[in-house]
Amino acid sequence: MEISPVFFYLFAGMAIAFSLVTVLKKNPAASAFSLVMVFFAFAGIYALLDAHLIATLQILVYAGAIMVLFIFVIMLLSADVPSFDLGRSHVTLRGAAAGLGLVLLAVLVWVFKNSTPAAGSGLFTVDRVVAAGGNTQVISELMFSQYLWPFELTSVLLLTAIIGAVAIAKRRPAHAAQAATKGVRS
Amino acid sequence: MINTVEPWVVLSFSAVIFCIGLVGLLIRRNILIVLMCIELMLNAVNLTYVTFSKMQGDMGGQMSVFFIITVAAAESAVGLGLVIALFRTLRTVDTDEIRLLKE
Repeated sequence: MEISPVFFYLFAGMAIAFSLVTVLKKNPAASAFSLVMVFFAFAGIYALLDAHLIATLQILVYAGAIMVLFIFVIMLLSADVPSFDLGRSHVTLRGAAAGLGLVLLAVLVWVFKNSTPAAGSGLFTVDRVVAAGGNTQVISELMFSQYLWPFELTSVLLLTAIIGAVAIAKRRPAHAAQAATKGVRS
Repeated sequence: MINTVEPWVVLSFSAVIFCIGLVGLLIRRNILIVLMCIELMLNAVNLTYVTFSKMQGDMGGQMSVFFIITVAAAESAVGLGLVIALFRTLRTVDTDEIRLLKE
């Protein structure tokens, strides 16, 4: 694909390094901030792949909204203390997890290297997308024609998620909360 | 050839991120970091979609990524609501402490 190797390997190395930091850091706040860097690196790669709208959404929604939510919850729960859970999990479990990850990675890389289909001649080549007004315009027109029904369903999903999140996180009445803590202590 | 990156390299990169997220999901016990690992895996899948979309000249992949981002936002809102409910009940964010069924 016609993308700049320098920038691709820069962003890819950044994403891999910071995602390792995210997984291995003890402090959840440090993990959250390295995850922001991973999201920015992904946005750069999307921009390299001519997915400009997705790159913007990645920064706005992921690095903006979702990460603010994460950091808000970390601060709300005062959970920004080091958690030593990594050392507590069993050595066999950690070894098995790493082994499973490596096997899955090897299989995926083998599949991608040997059986990736040849570049197709789809409708939306780079030249045609530019001629039609750019990535954002093409996606917008598709969204409100071919993908209108899924788009409307998305709004129902978001409404459900809002109601669900409020219902789950809402403070319960005093007697119910007391009963719950009693149940934990007994 | 200096200005190209083979598609399988990009796809393998997303596989690397997916596997890092998966291993993190398995070995960590802090529920906030477990949720972050799920976000990492979703991002890796999004990158695969965008790469195939570019390769095939088909916008369907990027549309799917749009919907996946929406679902991920809804998922993390509900997931963090669950974290708050868990913290309110058990005073911890450690998944090992969720063992009410065992007692």
